[in-house]
Amino acid sequence: MASFECEHGDPMINSVLVANRGEIARRVFRSCADAGIGTVAVYSDADADLPHTREADAAVRLPGNTPSETYLRGDRIIEAAHQAGADAIHPGYGFLSENADFAQAVQDAGLTWIGPPPAAIASMGSKVEAKRIMADAGVPVLSELDPAEITADQLPVLVKASAGGGGRGMRVVHELSALEDAVKAASAEAGSAFGDATVFCERYLPTGRHIEVQVLADEHGTIWAVGERECSIQRRHQKVIEEAPSPLVDDAMRQQLFDAARAAAKAIGYVGAGTVEFLATDSGEFFFLEMNTRLQVEHPVTECVTGVDLVGLQLRIAESDRLPPEPPPQDGHAIEVRLYAEDPAQDWQPQSGTIHALDVPRVAAEFRIPPRGGIRLDSGFEGGSVVGVHYDPMLAKVIAWAPTRGEAARALAAALAGSKIHGLVTNRDLLVTVLRHPAFLAGETDTAFFERHGLDTLSTPLADDRARQLSALAAALAAAAANRAQAKVLSGLPSGWRNVASQRQRKSYRVGEDTVDVDYRITRAGLDADGHDDVSLVTSTPGRVVLTVAGVRRTFDVARYGDQVYVDSPLGPVALRRLPRYTDPDAAVPAGSLLAPMPGSVLRVAVEQGATVQSGQPLLWLEAMKMEHQISAPADGVVAELPVSQGQQVDVGTVLAVVHAASES
Amino acid sequence: MTVVRTSVDAAAEDFAEYRDAMLTKLDELETEHAKAIEGGGEKYTERHRKRGKLLARERIELLIDEDSPFLELSPLAAWGSDYKVGASMVTGIGVVEGVECMIIASDPTVKGGSMNPWSVKKGFRAADIAAQNRLPTINLVESGGADLPTQKEIFIPGGRTFRDLTRASKERVPTVALVFGNSTAGGAYLPGMSDYVVMVKEQAKVFLGGPPLVKMATGEESDDESLGGAEMHARTSGLADYLAVDEEDAIRLGRSIIKRLNWNKQGPSPKPSYSEPRYDAEDLLGIVPTDLKVPFDPREVIARVVDGSDFDEFKPLYGSSLVTGWADIHGYPVGILANARGVLFSEESQKATQFIQLANQSDTPLLFLHNTTGYMVGKNYEQNGIIKHGAMMINAVSNSTVPHISVLMGASYGAGHYGMCGRAYDPRFLFAWPSAKSAVMGGQQLAGVLSIVARASAESRGQAYDEDQDAAMRAMVEGQIEAESVPTFLSGMLYDDGIIDPRDTRTVLGMSLSAIHNGPVEGARGYGVFRM
Repeated sequence: MASFECEHGDPMINSVLVANRGEIARRVFRSCADAGIGTVAVYSDADADLPHTREADAAVRLPGNTPSETYLRGDRIIEAAHQAGADAIHPGYGFLSENADFAQAVQDAGLTWIGPPPAAIASMGSKVEAKRIMADAGVPVLSELDPAEITADQLPVLVKASAGGGGRGMRVVHELSALEDAVKAASAEAGSAFGDATVFCERYLPTGRHIEVQVLADEHGTIWAVGERECSIQRRHQKVIEEAPSPLVDDAMRQQLFDAARAAAKAIGYVGAGTVEFLATDSGEFFFLEMNTRLQVEHPVTECVTGVDLVGLQLRIAESDRLPPEPPPQDGHAIEVRLYAEDPAQDWQPQSGTIHALDVPRVAAEFRIPPRGGIRLDSGFEGGSVVGVHYDPMLAKVIAWAPTRGEAARALAAALAGSKIHGLVTNRDLLVTVLRHPAFLAGETDTAFFERHGLDTLSTPLADDRARQLSALAAALAAAAANRAQAKVLSGLPSGWRNVASQRQRKSYRVGEDTVDVDYRITRAGLDADGHDDVSLVTSTPGRVVLTVAGVRRTFDVARYGDQVYVDSPLGPVALRRLPRYTDPDAAVPAGSLLAPMPGSVLRVAVEQGATVQSGQPLLWLEAMKMEHQISAPADGVVAELPVSQGQQVDVGTVLAVVHAASES
Repeated sequence: MTVVRTSVDAAAEDFAEYRDAMLTKLDELETEHAKAIEGGGEKYTERHRKRGKLLARERIELLIDEDSPFLELSPLAAWGSDYKVGASMVTGIGVVEGVECMIIASDPTVKGGSMNPWSVKKGFRAADIAAQNRLPTINLVESGGADLPTQKEIFIPGGRTFRDLTRASKERVPTVALVFGNSTAGGAYLPGMSDYVVMVKEQAKVFLGGPPLVKMATGEESDDESLGGAEMHARTSGLADYLAVDEEDAIRLGRSIIKRLNWNKQGPSPKPSYSEPRYDAEDLLGIVPTDLKVPFDPREVIARVVDGSDFDEFKPLYGSSLVTGWADIHGYPVGILANARGVLFSEESQKATQFIQLANQSDTPLLFLHNTTGYMVGKNYEQNGIIKHGAMMINAVSNSTVPHISVLMGASYGAGHYGMCGRAYDPRFLFAWPSAKSAVMGGQQLAGVLSIVARASAESRGQAYDEDQDAAMRAMVEGQIEAESVPTFLSGMLYDDGIIDPRDTRTVLGMSLSAIHNGPVEGARGYGVFRM
């Protein structure tokens, strides 16, 4: 890591409270610990066992679970800082990080605020206001459109929450008729998420490139543009893959971007770490989008290519230190992916539950810059952690830094493909597919990447059908080995031995939407498995099965958690669910039952028991992860049972309603 | 650690010849086993499946623990009779929820699972094994009852079936009946005498008399369901403890019953770790000569069966035609008696007697590996008391109370069969290799004896002896004795518990020993060991 001498005054900060959770809390703790600064965590009830809570020198409980009860409670957080003896607060990103009132309250409480001046936050908090300031400072902007005066030739337009971020409160409108509803919906969402329902419209560039510049400014007038990042690959306006430098940006454009970013920071008297976001066209034209007055999720890629410890410098700037006159240049290429517990194939449905294993291979560093060519992991979870329904389901950021973009993509794809991620559906396969996609490798990464290349194609599992069949076989053989090892009697005898053999052993698994029956026998002559004539068994243990497949030896790692089975191999990860040998009739669900697809609460119920419904008619809505999920009638019929009511918390698999199809009744 | 040295040469010509012969016999055995698996044949199997029912073996597979071994017993019962091979019943030892159980399943594809005289014998054998070894019994019931044309051979002795169930219960060995279909008339006592009863909804039918009989007896109009349906028995009569919604559910319930038995084995536990034999079990195919007159060294077999090929021989220099010694099999200690050169002389008999007494002193189960042509005959031997010495050995075997297992590897002729713990001496298990033969004596010898006696008789009457007729008689007798000595025939008669692949010997013995240890293992008390 390159070294940056700051001009030191006396250290002011002895202990930092991080008003955040998960990986970002751990990231800040790491820099604090390196500097010899004490750390204080806050945690909601659901987060009591997460690593960030355990790792800090001290941790203070924020009773409750919802963000508004916990990580958004500025008063409690300041009280916690006093309680635990912290003298500074780092807000992380999200939650209160861009809340000027909170920043002010922190300072008023006599604590050091590790962030920009409250006024700078406020000026950028309103996107409408921010654009005006930027336009005045000569930064290129997309002009704001009045919803009432939008004409067809201005379409498509983007409706955005003024106080927004992270894709919430954002809508793309392609037809004038949809505008009014979109504005209302965005406004409602913005109100619920940010407490500010203001929205605005601007021209929507459907194939734009999202390019942002990291700035760092000290109190003494030095403003760095540390490097640019490209974060064009997004889903629902949320970044998924971020990299530095941008494959679009050449030196000339970089200079313009950096100048614009510095001008933006200067215009608002910015101090600290911030990011100026631009929307660029392929031809190199760019427009100011917004300025994030905080650390970004994707800051690690900039750290990797510049050698700068951004959080470390945030701390020093907060201690009124001086930055050197020039930032270091960018070196090599870094790519970050956001590993989410979500199902891209099911409309990105967020997942919750226990993450049994989260093992990324060849991790060279955590929360710090890895040796060149290495993998960096920033994660707030570990094997056994529970991913709850209350917060963002991002499991980890995985970052590769290599001399070239191609090398970084290859190393990152390999690390992800080889990761053991057990317990929850993730976007891992999608990330690997994108990192290996010819268009991505060619640098063609605009915001419409998923639409252009088709989410269906991109979210195809890495494991093909044959790999799934082999993985199911490996799962069965590992289970057989476990059964033998755990047998109370006769455990030393051959697996499934028969003196008069009439049939094979059978184990059935659910793989995605398919049921795979594995029929096998282990005889003196070896493995005899239905449909696997070219497969022989080399060894099997409860955790690992080695097979020879068509002359090629393959190793499958198998992990079991109850009926969940995860088989990892170079052929691709496969998640399976062991189907029970017997069905307990008491556990059977009546035909026509609609089950909760995820944990959440019942937002409202549209029908009553006994109601006649048409196929597709909404019956009720669930709220989970701040998203509404509509539960509709699967067929024309009658609502026979409706065991839930508004406000009720439901677990995944809870019967929400039973609809008897018209033909049945 | 005393590792047996081997002199088996797998590349030798003899070895290849013996191996080929054994493999041919194993192929033939598989053909016979296939008949048992086939049950009532394709047509009845299809009909059974169309009713949504599982086959007997499918029920068993679903009942036992996944990937656990299953030792089917008497699979060739009724072989050579007018009845289907297997005797419309599947019996065996399987592990259910970690408990070794005797599983008895009627095969409804064979005449509706009705019991013929061989089924009755097979059932008795299973009940004996369950009783001697304290194995909980699970009956998978779907039987049309007695095969009426042969009722005279079934009805009176068959009552033992129900007696055995309740006696097992008295001995605190649980019995479970899973009723999948018919269990009527006398068959109704099968669930009636069991500790736990599960009946499958809309399938189980358990009554003393069906609607026609009731109509005849009392004039009452009735139907199957009200007389003996599962719902009725579960809700009204109380004969069923559990009502299963379907066959799989019945099996699930059966497993949960076993899980809650709190079953503890009374015998000592095996050693927690042990080694596999040092030599390949494959070699066992090439060890037994095709001509049983040619002896083979049983140590080569022992070396491929016992843990670590570790065998401590007792009295190796005395009575060397019988090998005796100590070893472990799957962690269970055993004493082994194995014939080395066919004939048992006085020394061998005395050595065996002493060894059996020693095993009883140390509560060690005994394994008999048969390859004997019997006790020695001849003037010298008679005068030296071969009868007394043979009687000693038979006495010791008869009154030994440690568990015995017999494996017929080759010959098991004459009183040697008795002395080596033949079927009549109640070994807990008796298995035969395809190479085995057992009879009062060899066919050739028996024909020769008859010829000599006939010739003497003719001579004494002053008649000329018809040599052509003698030759024909000898050929016929020899043929008959040969046919009745082969293991399929003996297995058909229930004289063994099954014919096994020699390579499976270790596994079969491991399962047998483990089953045996559900009961106590205690040697006979009384006198000290008589030095021989």
